[in-house]
Amino acid sequence: MSKTKKQLLTTGALILLGICILWAQSNFNNYTLRILNLSAIYAILGVSLNLIFGFTGQFSLGHAGFMAIGAYTTSLLIIPKYYKEMTFLIEPLIWPFSVLQLPFIVALLLGGLFAAIFAIIIGLPVLRLRGDYLGIATLGFAEIIRVIANNIPQITNGALGLKGIPAYTNLWWTLGFTVFTIFVIKRLIASSYGRALMAIRENEIAAEAIGVSLTYHKVMSFTVSAFFAGIGGGLLASLLTTIDPRAFMFVMTFNILIVVVIGGLGSITGTVIAAFLFNFMLEYLRPIEQGFDLGFISFPEIPGLRMVTFSLALLVVIIYNQNGLMGKLEFTWQGLFDFIDRIKNPKNSDEKGVS
Amino acid sequence: MTSLLKVDNITKRFGGLTAVDKFFLEINDDEIIGLIGPNGAGKTTVYNMITGIYTPTENKVYFKGEDITGLKPDKIAKKGIARTFQNIRLLENLTVLDNVMIGTHLRIKSGLFSAILRLPGYKLEEKQLHEKSIALLERVELLEFANEQAGSLPYGKQRKLEIARALATDPDLLLLDEPAAGMNPQESHELVEFIRQIKEEFGVTIFLIEHDMKVVMDICERILVLDYGKTIAEGSPAEIKNNPEVIKAYLGVDLANA
Amino acid sequence: MDIFLQNLANGLSLGSLYALIAIGYTMVYGILRLINFAHGEIFMLGAYFLYYGVLIFNLPWWLSFIVAVILTAIAGMLTERFAYRPLRKAPRISILISAIGVSFFLQNAGIVVFSGVPKSFHRPAIFDHMFIFGNIRISSITFASIVISLIFLMGLLFIVYRTKTGLAMRAISTDIETARLMAVNVDQTISITFAIGSALAAVGGILWALKYPQIFPLMGMIPGLKAFIAAVLGGIGNIFGAMIGGFILGMAEILLVGFMPQLSGYRDAFAFLILIIILLFKPDGLMGKNVQEKV
Repeated sequence: MSKTKKQLLTTGALILLGICILWAQSNFNNYTLRILNLSAIYAILGVSLNLIFGFTGQFSLGHAGFMAIGAYTTSLLIIPKYYKEMTFLIEPLIWPFSVLQLPFIVALLLGGLFAAIFAIIIGLPVLRLRGDYLGIATLGFAEIIRVIANNIPQITNGALGLKGIPAYTNLWWTLGFTVFTIFVIKRLIASSYGRALMAIRENEIAAEAIGVSLTYHKVMSFTVSAFFAGIGGGLLASLLTTIDPRAFMFVMTFNILIVVVIGGLGSITGTVIAAFLFNFMLEYLRPIEQGFDLGFISFPEIPGLRMVTFSLALLVVIIYNQNGLMGKLEFTWQGLFDFIDRIKNPKNSDEKGVS
Repeated sequence: MTSLLKVDNITKRFGGLTAVDKFFLEINDDEIIGLIGPNGAGKTTVYNMITGIYTPTENKVYFKGEDITGLKPDKIAKKGIARTFQNIRLLENLTVLDNVMIGTHLRIKSGLFSAILRLPGYKLEEKQLHEKSIALLERVELLEFANEQAGSLPYGKQRKLEIARALATDPDLLLLDEPAAGMNPQESHELVEFIRQIKEEFGVTIFLIEHDMKVVMDICERILVLDYGKTIAEGSPAEIKNNPEVIKAYLGVDLANA
Repeated sequence: MDIFLQNLANGLSLGSLYALIAIGYTMVYGILRLINFAHGEIFMLGAYFLYYGVLIFNLPWWLSFIVAVILTAIAGMLTERFAYRPLRKAPRISILISAIGVSFFLQNAGIVVFSGVPKSFHRPAIFDHMFIFGNIRISSITFASIVISLIFLMGLLFIVYRTKTGLAMRAISTDIETARLMAVNVDQTISITFAIGSALAAVGGILWALKYPQIFPLMGMIPGLKAFIAAVLGGIGNIFGAMIGGFILGMAEILLVGFMPQLSGYRDAFAFLILIIILLFKPDGLMGKNVQEKV
């Protein structure tokens, strides 16, 4: 298949996605839109975690921390001034956040940038650690960020959190950034720099011996990953309209990690699929615990039952798909056409397989 | 004229154990030099000190007159020293072509943003790197396997691929750690020819560690013998063959017939 | 000086609890290379089993304690049997996801079965007694937690270093495949390891509940995480390391709160800060083996 044809198909798919968003924004109810937005944000977070963990092989559990930085930065830059004065009752918000109000896109990008800067500061010392030690150290940094957020009321309003964050987030923003994230990370991976990242994942000693600088590439991957985590955090803040430090506990990182591993570590396609699956499943299991009335017998509300079912489903999925749903496979147009071909002419492809 | 590599009496101690004791070596351009010695003599430790995996406990390593002691392995690779490993270290889950292309990454001039945005400068560079890698694969007769997983190649081809990958970094000095390990006499013979040819074609200087006496005697102009971390002999193959110290260290190995 | 001794006693008491829980993390990691994120929930189960034993079945305290420890050990073995064993040949990260799944499951099953409302844990009067030495006041629960922890830790060391089962555990943690070839019953030994780790977590959970007399289904999260930090701090996989890590962490936290109360809001971050600083200087923890890949 020629390159122009692929590009044409991709453009067509993006236009189709645009039309779908246009339709969805006006026809879906808020509830469905919220799940879709949440799924898209999870896809952004998952794809960015996949860069550092799946492609670079560095076990990072710091995503919640970078999300927190992005979420707080974005929120403080978009909450209207009068609302800030109302919210910050214990201690007034410090300058310049107290006077700044910026467009959403600028606030999001600044949120990503702040997260990226933090990633460089954290990454330089900590990315020398390996394996599980790296995991726990990055998790530690995320928790430290959260605890600090709890203790600096002049910026974060402490444990009370921020309220009245303008609800700018919609499908244009979330899916738009999902496409942007996938675009950037796919291109990064398919470049010479991306090959160097995969070399580090495969064999650090060999990579270093052929001139791949471990520090530069690990920190680079970590920083790009944190940038998108920050943007994901910003989008999440504007979707939820209220945030507090508890939203960024390590459980948040675990959720993203689940999405990445269930999708298939090292598969962007898998991450996106798993992000939607994860959120839709969580939502569609909600009725289970709400209690219902069958006329002759009524079941009371049972809190916790939804997550019990969800975690059991998670266990079943991971035990039966030990390498994730997609393994390392990616969606490609070629693959799609081959697949359609095989369904249309099962015999034909069989013969090809044999010959 | 300064020598290409000067290893100036380096010593490496692990705790109380002296793995390498005052190792001295000067290599000039275009030489092929061999390092032999019984198992555990400290040969690979010498390699690891030259390539930056270990830092010598004492004294220094100079490359093209420049002190490279304590530099990280990737910096040393950029200066022009490439190596292979005794236990082959390929990027097993990546393709044969990718293995070689990653070897060219250290010479890339385009920055990260240029690469992500696919600016013309990067595109051109990527094309050149690709062509260079293809040519290298063709040269080592692995082109037909370009898109296969490196880990799936047979052993002998993996060794060749590792050499090709090292050559992709444009080295001036190539360190080969037991290139003939696990090969039969026929294969070792071909390997000797192969090493000679790449030395000519790529203009690299070669410093190799080898167990196979025949290979070393065939190919090397000068040989060093290491035993218990100490250099016990140095000289031409003929001199080494008849050195009583060497014969003692290799008791049981019939050097004269090698 | 008095303040210091007072804090020392409190630090030892908290540290001994961390050590008890940390053992479970480190033993499982030692043999399976798995961070058992569900261990904090096992700790929670221990406290609930005791609560129900005393409250609903009206068992005497000592009997309830034994039953709770045994039931928790069984719960630990069951998690291994159903959530980890099927994944023994899977990528390590998949087992970790399974552990997170078990953790979610137990937390929420706790909410379903025990309800999410915290329950107050009535401790027997004997634990309310205060020992007074000069100006230092040590409650009997502080004292008891140190003594009971030490007894169980001694018992553990005896099992690991003086019994055949312990030998099998050490063999598996060195090299699981070779151990299998040497006819070590790997599955059984792993089960026993989970049982022992879980039993110690149950003891920890019960002492914790006696000390801070309230239990709730998410009570295992933070102590579990702290104990895990303790295990990593000491060098994960190393039993002595976990004990030492536990005591260091407990001590450090109490001293922080005791001497710099204005920083007590940072208490939960402090543990991580210590961990990160130690790892930057000793990347494999205090007593961890420095496993450098041979080139």
